[in-house]
Amino acid sequence: MQQLPRKVSGKNPAKFLLLMAALLVSLKGMAQELGDHQYTSAAIQRGLRIYSRECALCHGPTGDLVSGIDLARGQFRNAASDDDLRSAIIEGRAQGQMPAFALQEEELNGVIAYIRAGFDPEGVAVRIGDAEQGQVLFNGKGECASCHRINGQGPRLAPDLSAIGIQRTPAVLQLNLLNPAAAILPINRPLRVVTRDEEIIIGRRLNEDTYTVQLIDSDERLRSLQKSELLSYEISDQPSKSATTLDANEVADLVAYLLTLKGEA
Amino acid sequence: MNRVIGTFWLTVGCVLSLLLLPAEIQGQVTTEQQDSLDYQRLLNAANEPHNWLTYNGSYMSQRYSLLDQINVDNINDLELKWVLQNQVFGAWQSNPLIVDGIMYVTERPNTVMAVDVATGRVFWKYEHSNDARARVCCGANNRGVAVLGDKVFMGTLDAHLIALDRINGQLLWRAEVGDVSRAYSVTMAPLAIKDKILVGVGGGEFGIRGYVTAYEAETGKVAWKTYTIPGPGEPGHDTWQGDDWKVGGAPVWITGSFDAEQNLTFWGVGNPGPDWNNAQRPGDNLYSDSVIALDVDSGELKWHFQFTPNDPYDFDAVQVPVLADIEWRGTPTRAMLWANRNGYFYVLDRTTGECLLGKPFVPVNWSNGLDENCRPMITPQPEGQPTYPGNQGGTNWYPPSFSPRTGLFYFSAWEDYATIYRSEEAEYEPGRAFLGGGYTVLAPSPGAPTIGIGRTSPINNWTNEVGHASLKALDPNTGEAVWEFEQFDVSDSGMLTTASDLLFTGGREGYFHVLDATSGELLYYKNLGGQIVMAPVTFMLDDVQYVTIISGNSLFTFALRNSN
Repeated sequence: MQQLPRKVSGKNPAKFLLLMAALLVSLKGMAQELGDHQYTSAAIQRGLRIYSRECALCHGPTGDLVSGIDLARGQFRNAASDDDLRSAIIEGRAQGQMPAFALQEEELNGVIAYIRAGFDPEGVAVRIGDAEQGQVLFNGKGECASCHRINGQGPRLAPDLSAIGIQRTPAVLQLNLLNPAAAILPINRPLRVVTRDEEIIIGRRLNEDTYTVQLIDSDERLRSLQKSELLSYEISDQPSKSATTLDANEVADLVAYLLTLKGEA
Repeated sequence: MNRVIGTFWLTVGCVLSLLLLPAEIQGQVTTEQQDSLDYQRLLNAANEPHNWLTYNGSYMSQRYSLLDQINVDNINDLELKWVLQNQVFGAWQSNPLIVDGIMYVTERPNTVMAVDVATGRVFWKYEHSNDARARVCCGANNRGVAVLGDKVFMGTLDAHLIALDRINGQLLWRAEVGDVSRAYSVTMAPLAIKDKILVGVGGGEFGIRGYVTAYEAETGKVAWKTYTIPGPGEPGHDTWQGDDWKVGGAPVWITGSFDAEQNLTFWGVGNPGPDWNNAQRPGDNLYSDSVIALDVDSGELKWHFQFTPNDPYDFDAVQVPVLADIEWRGTPTRAMLWANRNGYFYVLDRTTGECLLGKPFVPVNWSNGLDENCRPMITPQPEGQPTYPGNQGGTNWYPPSFSPRTGLFYFSAWEDYATIYRSEEAEYEPGRAFLGGGYTVLAPSPGAPTIGIGRTSPINNWTNEVGHASLKALDPNTGEAVWEFEQFDVSDSGMLTTASDLLFTGGREGYFHVLDATSGELLYYKNLGGQIVMAPVTFMLDDVQYVTIISGNSLFTFALRNSN
C-alpha cells in the first residue's frame, strides 16, 4: 500500500531515546537544576529524616494514619499551599491534637519537600503556591485563558482544563509550563492539514487511525478526514505555546490554581 | 439443547445433501459425517478447504486456504451476510472451527456454541462454570476448540479439558489438566492428532511448571505428559539451580503443529518465572522460550531450540510453529518459520531443530545479533533505559500465515514500542503472581497514556508514538520484508491467505483489511468497530466462499454479493 503523505516527528527509536533521556534528566535531576521551582533532593532526603523523627509517630510511615489526611497523596484537612503546611507545623492544629513543632527553616522546608515528593526520597517535589494568585495569573499575565477553557468559559481549541487538577500531577503541570514540548500528550499535538481542494485546516487532534483523523479545527468545528483524501498531513512535535515567562513564585501559584480544578463546575 | 430442533436440522441436512449439494460440500451434519470426522480428515484438512478443521487450518499451521472464489477482481463485492453478537465483554480471541456447515466457536470464559454457518443462528450452547480459584494473568481468554469424531474439546480457565457431544452439546467427559489452586489454566485451543487430544497449560506468571499433556479422545485418560522444564536426572535440568525448576514457568498456551511424516508435534514454550528477575533463576532455564519437538505417540522430546535463554523480558515463544516444505536457498527443506516475540525471525530445520537463519524484523537492543547457532549475544540495557522490543514483543501469539503460492510469511509486528523493566526479588506463594518486578511502557511525555494488553477505548490517545503495527511479508530465504503495511495502532490480529493471493487480517482499530498477498496493495477495508484479536477463517457452503472475522463483541461473516 502506498503510505500516506505525512510528516510525523518523534517516530524513530533514537529520537525517543533522546526524548526519554531528556525527560529523565528533567524529572530526576530537576531538583538540582530547577531549584527555584522545586525543592532539592537534599531537602527531600533531609525531610525524610525529620519526618521519621517528628511526624511518623502520629501520621504513620506512609502518612495516612490520621483520619482524613493522606500526606503522601496531598490530601489535607484544610491546607492547600506550602505556606499553609508551614503554618500548620509551626502553630499546631486541631486544638492541640497536633502540637506545634519548633523546627529550623531548613528542617521545615525538608518536611514539606518530603510531603510534596509523595514520600519518595528519589521523587520530585513541586512547589505549590497561592491558588488565588494563580487564578489571577491564569486569566491575566499568564495568558492561559486565551486558549484554554475552564468550566464553560474560554475557547475550545486547546484542551479543556476544568478537571486538570485530578488528571495531571503537580510535577507534570509544572513541566507543562516550563517545557511544554516535553509534557504535551501526543494525542494533543497540533495538526496542519491541506485537503484536496486546498483548504488549510489547523487544529488539535482528537483521535486517529490508519485511514482517518478526527480533530477540532481553529473555528471549533469537529472534523473527520480521510487521510487518503489529503494533499498533506503534518503533525507538529511542538505545542502551540512556548515555555512560560512567569517567575518561579508565579509558576508555583499557577500550579496551585490548576490543582484546584477538579471538574466540579 | 433443544432436541426437537436438532433432529429437524439433521433431517434437513440429509435431504439437502441428497438432493442439492455436491458430496464434499454439505449443508448440515449427518450421522455419517459425524462419525467420519476421523484423523485422516484432520491430516488432509488443507485439502478440504470448505471446512476449517483445526486451530490453524491444517497440521502445517499455514492458515492458507485453497479457496479462490473471492479474488482481487471481485473483492469489492464483499458484503456482510450475518453477525453473531457475543454475550460477554472482553477480548474475543476465539478461533472458529467449521465442520460440514457447523461452526464451533467459544466465548469467554468457557462457553462453546454450535452455529449454523449460513444464518449465524445457534443450535446449542454449552456453558462451563469455572472454579472460583481460577487465575489468569491477562484476561479470561479462550482461543477455541478441537474436533474429532463425534466430539468437540475445550480447555478451561480452571485447568480442565472437557469433551462434548458435537451434535447435542452434552458433556461426555471432563479431565483435570492442572491444579487450579496453583493457578494452572488452559486458554489455548486443544489439538486433535490421531486418537489423542493435546493441550498445554498457562500460568507462567504464577510459578507453575509447564507441560503438554495428551489425552485419549475417547475416554479422557492421560496418554502421556511431557514437562517443559526437565526434572532431576533429565537432560537440561542443569540449566536451573536448586529448586528454581519447580516454579520456573515455561507455560504452553498456544496450539502447536504436527509433521505426520516425522510423527513429531511442535509446541512453543513460554517465559521462565519469575518473569523479570532472571538473576533469581541463573542458567538458560530450558525449555522456556523454546520450541520443543515431541514424538506424538510417546511425548518423548526429540529436539528443542531455545530462542531467548535466561529471559528477563517475558519473551514467551508461544507463537504458532508454521511448517513449510520449501526450497530454502536452493535446497529442499522441511522448514519451520518463526517470528518470535523477542524481535527475531527464525528459519529452523524441523527435522533437527538446527537454526538456518535468524534476523531481527524490528529494532532490537536487548541483543546485538545472534551467533552461528542463533544464540543471542545479549546487551541488557541499563536500569531505567528502554528495551526494544517492549514487553508485548515484536510480535506475539496471534497466528501468522504462510502462502505456498507467494512463498511469503505474513505476521503482525509492533514497531517503535519499548518497555522499561524493573526487577526485584520474588517469593513464591502457590497460586499468587510470581513476577519479580514490573515494567512501564515508554511514552513520549510523563503520565501519557500507553498501550495495554488489548484495547478498551475507541479513542487512540496513546498514538503511534508509543507503538504501531506493521504487517510484514517476509521472504524466508532472506528474512527481509518484501512489503509492509503499516497501521496507526498496534495489532494483535492473525493472518489468513488464500489461493487467490488475498491476505485477510485486522487490527486493534477494528478495521478488516484485505490486501494483495503478492504486492501488499490494499484492496478493501471496512470498519467493524471493535478490536480484532484473532485471525479470520474462510470456508465454503453451497458453492459460496465465506470469510469470518471477530471484531469486538461480534462475529462477522462475509461473502460475495449475489455469489449464490
